[in-house]
Amino acid sequence: MWKLEARPEPSAFWRIASPLLALVLTVILGVLLFLALGKDPVKGLQVFFWEPIRSAYALGELVVKATPLLLIALGLALCFRSNVWNIGAEGQYVMGAVFAAGVALLADKTSGAWFFIPVLLAGVVGGMCWAAITAWLRDRFHANEILVSLMLVYVAIMVLGFLVYGPWKDPLGYNFPQSKTFEAATQVPRLFKGSRVNIGVLLALAGVAAMWVFLFRTRTGWAQQISGLAPAAARYAGFSSRRAIWLALLVSGACAGLAGALEVAGPIGQLTPYVPVGYGFAAIIVAFVGRLHPVGMVFSAILMSMFYIGGELAQSRLGLPKSLTGVFQGLLLFCLLACDVLMNYRLRLAPVRAKAGA
Amino acid sequence: MNQNSYSGLPSDEFSSSARPSNTALLELRNISKRYPAVLANDRVSLQVMPGQIHAILGENGAGKSTLMKIIYGAVQLDQGDIRFDGKPVHIRNPQQARALGISMVFQHFSLFDTLSVAQNVWLGLDKSLSLAEVSRHIRDKAAAYGLDLEPDRPVHTLSVGEMQRVEIIRALLCEPRLLILDEPTSVLTPQAVDKLFAVLRQLVAEGCSILYISHKLHEIRALCTHCTVLRGGKVTGECDPREQSNASLSQMMIGSEPAALVHSERTPGQLVLDVSQLSLTSPDPFGTRLSAVDVQVHAGEIVGIAGVSGNGQRELLYALSGEDTRAASDSIRLGGLAVGKQGPLQRRALGLHFVPDERLGRGAVPSLSLAHNLLLTRSEAVSGSGWINMSALSVQAQAIIAKYQVKAGGPQAPAQSLSGGNLQKFIVGREVDAKPKLLIVSQPTWGLDVGAAAQIRAALVALRDAGCAVLVVSEELDELFELCDRMHVMAQGCLSPSLARSQATVEKIGSWMSGLWSDTETRVS
Repeated sequence: MWKLEARPEPSAFWRIASPLLALVLTVILGVLLFLALGKDPVKGLQVFFWEPIRSAYALGELVVKATPLLLIALGLALCFRSNVWNIGAEGQYVMGAVFAAGVALLADKTSGAWFFIPVLLAGVVGGMCWAAITAWLRDRFHANEILVSLMLVYVAIMVLGFLVYGPWKDPLGYNFPQSKTFEAATQVPRLFKGSRVNIGVLLALAGVAAMWVFLFRTRTGWAQQISGLAPAAARYAGFSSRRAIWLALLVSGACAGLAGALEVAGPIGQLTPYVPVGYGFAAIIVAFVGRLHPVGMVFSAILMSMFYIGGELAQSRLGLPKSLTGVFQGLLLFCLLACDVLMNYRLRLAPVRAKAGA
Repeated sequence: MNQNSYSGLPSDEFSSSARPSNTALLELRNISKRYPAVLANDRVSLQVMPGQIHAILGENGAGKSTLMKIIYGAVQLDQGDIRFDGKPVHIRNPQQARALGISMVFQHFSLFDTLSVAQNVWLGLDKSLSLAEVSRHIRDKAAAYGLDLEPDRPVHTLSVGEMQRVEIIRALLCEPRLLILDEPTSVLTPQAVDKLFAVLRQLVAEGCSILYISHKLHEIRALCTHCTVLRGGKVTGECDPREQSNASLSQMMIGSEPAALVHSERTPGQLVLDVSQLSLTSPDPFGTRLSAVDVQVHAGEIVGIAGVSGNGQRELLYALSGEDTRAASDSIRLGGLAVGKQGPLQRRALGLHFVPDERLGRGAVPSLSLAHNLLLTRSEAVSGSGWINMSALSVQAQAIIAKYQVKAGGPQAPAQSLSGGNLQKFIVGREVDAKPKLLIVSQPTWGLDVGAAAQIRAALVALRDAGCAVLVVSEELDELFELCDRMHVMAQGCLSPSLARSQATVEKIGSWMSGLWSDTETRVS
């Protein structure tokens, strides 16, 4: 009989191996899923894992989708490490997009090419403002940040809806619920010709480095994580839990807001009701699959981006619904949670004990 | 061996099976239990005769508790046999143990604060009885053993000694033939210990056997008729404790006697900590309210606070360390400055360092390395701009590990990988090394083996001799008598006047633990 036995300390090997095993299990379950749906599993896997890296253009698209995921996940990782459960990054992302759009709509034909900078800054401010509501309610009234941040997602989407159906609707847009297309000056500079990859990816990678330094090399970053690891020790040391809440939420709001701004001022180019595509929620999975480690999250963001692209391709190539993306994301998270058991426990063949007196 | 004393006595419901007096009630043969990191029991054998008070003596970590949990079915053994009444048994769970007639009183109580005594007992019973019947049974048992207990009182209004009575009555209601007590006196005042012993002797006179786990030698010698000594999971000796001296028992328990602590008289210096009329309600509904606490600690003296845990020590320490900043500003003065409203960081800057009793989770972050754990209270390796110098941090941790003989895998070993004693050495080392003006230590040697405890006490005395003010809160009277220049007693949130060590006796401190100092105060001062 197999038995789970507690390890004296968490296994360093399984910290890395667990996400990889989870990926393998997700692929196996994916194959079974394709078979059950009557599709060729090889073709199905090809759509998810080969198509997105097949050409330079495809790779570019992979990066375009991985960028917001990574940016948001960086902020969330800081939150989760600080024991602040910000589930509402989607809302902060939407508000970032809204604020950015507000500034972008001010541009005209004469605006200089620098105009994208205030647009991005506005996004950062928007995300921070939205996260600050959660931080203030938690700090002032001990309101549960999981519920507050989650509910604010739907409020943010309503605000977006109000603006694109109302005051910001493009008068020449045939009554479609969308703003006018932003001026070229607001466009975030692209890195290569023929690809939609823009400087957002550089900002995200700079964020990775900054977050690594902050978490592992500064006293503030270290103190920030103590309230997550051992709240009593943080109190003993004298680290303020209020400061930890504010810092975590403001940073993650800023990251999500920047991601939103990069989307509307980048690939989308206008404000539409289709800005929220679940990046804020998918980034939660990115953060955990990446072990809340800045470098780990680069890989998990790419993986999650594959699922997004794969889901879209599965719709057009295989005639499967796009929600397959969500199914794969969910499978991966569940497999990861299951595999994480191996980090704290080991599987052992239990000795079969002869019954006493038998 | 003491086989013949009570074994012939018929005990009401088991008298039908007339047992020959040479059959052990419980016999363990070569019991082994391995945990991932440690062999907790290594071929342990022992016999408990009917009507015997059998002591299991050993240091913390010797495997006593694991052995008892195996007997009680709470832990499954890896190898070995258990015989009960001469018949082999396989005890899978505590229900089965209780059905056999084995009851256990754990060191840490499992009681619901908001429920009444009777409701708590009712929850733990296997039999289906009405609450009224349970209350009646409790009254009967309480009367039969002189255990004063009111079934309708909510548990949170009880003292710790009374809570233990609830646990004992719960155990007795199962009509046990073998009662296991795990360190029962650690929460009791000396007077309450005498009362408990009277109950245990009465039980034994009625034919019940008792397994008594302890590391307190004088108790075992006073109570028990047979003793099995464990060290490192193995049986290292068996004896009749009444025929042994403390020294010979200690020899069996730890292998050698540690060097005695040198404690020279010293004239205390300046006033460092001055707490006056500190009153504070507890944020915890079942916590203790501090009322008008007065305590002074001077440079170069060790002041002790004795008392049973749960009498306000926790609340007082929170207020002193700065983790609780609700105290009136001038009720706590540190080197003359009013610090009641300041947090731990500001107080640490003034030279106050604190060693809490919870080591993992408060004194240290379990998953982080020893080096990183330094950053909780030390900032020598942090630059002015907040940058952590990792190599300086490692060097600093290594120095503390070496100086305080911490057994660890180096500065990068996670705190949770250390044994309790070694982690405590590291934490005490971290705070002592900071050259504090005032060190506050809570339960400095709780759960430590004798060697580590002696080392920590020596470090505290050395710190005092170097001119630091030291405040020690402890449940262990022996320790306070060894360490302190002056002593206070804490009871129900009040602090007694201080008593010089030369004037303190165990009897006096014991009666003060029940809060009875006001009538003797006039004579003392």
